[in-house]
Amino acid sequence: MLKHINKIKELSYKIRRIIIEISYSSGEPSHIGGALSMSEILAVIYSYFNIKTLKPRDRFILSKGHGFLALLSVLYCKNFIKKKEIFKFQQNGSEFIAHPIMNKSIGIETSNGSLGQGLSFGVGLAISYKKKKNNSSVIVVVGDGECYEGSVWEAAITATENNLNNLFIVVDCNGHQNDGAINKMMSFKEMKKKWLGFGWNVNSCDGHNISALINAFKKKSKTKPTAIIAKTIKGKGVNFMENNNDWHHGRLTKNLYLESLKSLEKNSL
Amino acid sequence: MNFSSADAKKWLRMGPRAMFGQFMLEIAKKNKKLIVLSADLGRSSGLARFKMEFPKQYISVGISEQNLVGVAAGLADEGYKVFVTSFAPFLSMRASEQIRMNLGYMRHNVNLVALGSGLSMGFLGNSHFGLEDIAIMRTIPNLNITCPADCSELGKVLDDYASNDRGPSYIRLTGIPGSKNVYNKNYSYKFGKNITINKGKDILILSYGSVLGQVKQSVKNLKKMNIDVELVNIVSLKPIDEKVISLFKKFNKIITIEEHTSVGGLSSIIAEKVLKNRSNIKLFSISLPDKFGPTGTYDYLLKHHGLDSDSLTKKIIKLFKKK
Repeated sequence: MLKHINKIKELSYKIRRIIIEISYSSGEPSHIGGALSMSEILAVIYSYFNIKTLKPRDRFILSKGHGFLALLSVLYCKNFIKKKEIFKFQQNGSEFIAHPIMNKSIGIETSNGSLGQGLSFGVGLAISYKKKKNNSSVIVVVGDGECYEGSVWEAAITATENNLNNLFIVVDCNGHQNDGAINKMMSFKEMKKKWLGFGWNVNSCDGHNISALINAFKKKSKTKPTAIIAKTIKGKGVNFMENNNDWHHGRLTKNLYLESLKSLEKNSL
Repeated sequence: MNFSSADAKKWLRMGPRAMFGQFMLEIAKKNKKLIVLSADLGRSSGLARFKMEFPKQYISVGISEQNLVGVAAGLADEGYKVFVTSFAPFLSMRASEQIRMNLGYMRHNVNLVALGSGLSMGFLGNSHFGLEDIAIMRTIPNLNITCPADCSELGKVLDDYASNDRGPSYIRLTGIPGSKNVYNKNYSYKFGKNITINKGKDILILSYGSVLGQVKQSVKNLKKMNIDVELVNIVSLKPIDEKVISLFKKFNKIITIEEHTSVGGLSSIIAEKVLKNRSNIKLFSISLPDKFGPTGTYDYLLKHHGLDSDSLTKKIIKLFKKK
């Protein structure tokens, strides 16, 4: 078990490293902070669930589309995409841009970028699985800021009404949105109450703790969809980026790039 | 879906919304993959019996149109044949971006059934009218827009979408129980193709939706006055049947007649075609004005806007004589 957890830890480190590398090599500003906050979340999802391109499979939907750097990295780490491909990130005409563009052959399940839409789509998939008596799961990752979108809560109601115990949502509570720190009403603590209020099975945890995340997925309900409220740090792993919202969308210079790699390595020890 | 003249008469009395539910019932008998979703408008979509007979093929998501479209897309992605219903503005406007992302961008094969479009919601008023829906929906790439003229055409349209892979669609229902039929006997419907209702040589009229029944009556009246109208049903507003362009050469004047505002509907579509083809044909539009109007019964509203057959006859004569 410990060996397994260490392997996922290594994967999270690798995801972060690739995020920094492709962001720097693109030469363009990109969404680094919100990608770094969800590295463990993705490492766990891609290790714990049966995610592949063939059917039947568990399906991962990135609703916070601006976390695409993290998705692209995990897809590379899990051999969905070749290394030279990921360096096309944010090059003119590339399919790898700030937000996912659906390409099921390489594991990108949806096009996204407009917030608040992924959960409804996930509900549709989860209802399909129930109808087909397919035991697969659907996992949707949203941001805490994204939860201001009303459509998230529309979908939350449909999920409980249909007893979708095959549906998981992970709320990446990094405490920030585009314009800065998130309001108290949408804090980690309040977020738990909100999902409970909507009738979900709620497990909250440290979103950077691998075994806590695995446990949160394990503690599913027999009848309810599960919300995992993950407390995270925006920019996690790179000291000068942590909780610094300038890195919601920022450009790495060569010096900052080298400093980021050093910081990542130091923090991974 | 074939029909007899007796069917056409019976269906006319039931109206497009009740008939939508009936047609879905027929389709569900053949197609186990069919799923119908509604945002709390199941009864208004004539789906009460469908819900009872096929409870596993009906999903109600509550009053949440944005969610409705997203859930439908997820089901379509898993291979279901999906139809969703809500009133025209609640689909085309409230869920517009969900339609753009899920149906347009990702091309998930969802059929949107816009109930009570045009003026057919009568006393429910402008909040429920479909005045601008075509203008909005037609800006979204990959989305078909189909506007059946009566219940028999609705049956054919639904059957065609259910049995083929046409891509995502917006199906616009207008008219009420008792609205004039356009088709009294069975005919051949082909996806994306115009249908000539009346051959003529004096003037070309293009129309669609339930108002076509009024236009057809008016064309009959005009015939008695020796005005020979060519009337074409543009049942598919997107993709548009390019054959319409060949008609520009045969006539001096076109009139588009529609239950939609003057902005972005058929009049705009045809104006674009006329310009692009450098045609000299004179273009006239009879439509709803670019403003919010009064409410009342459907018949009252058609008269108010000059879309009933008598008003249309007068307007067409005036345009025909105009130099």
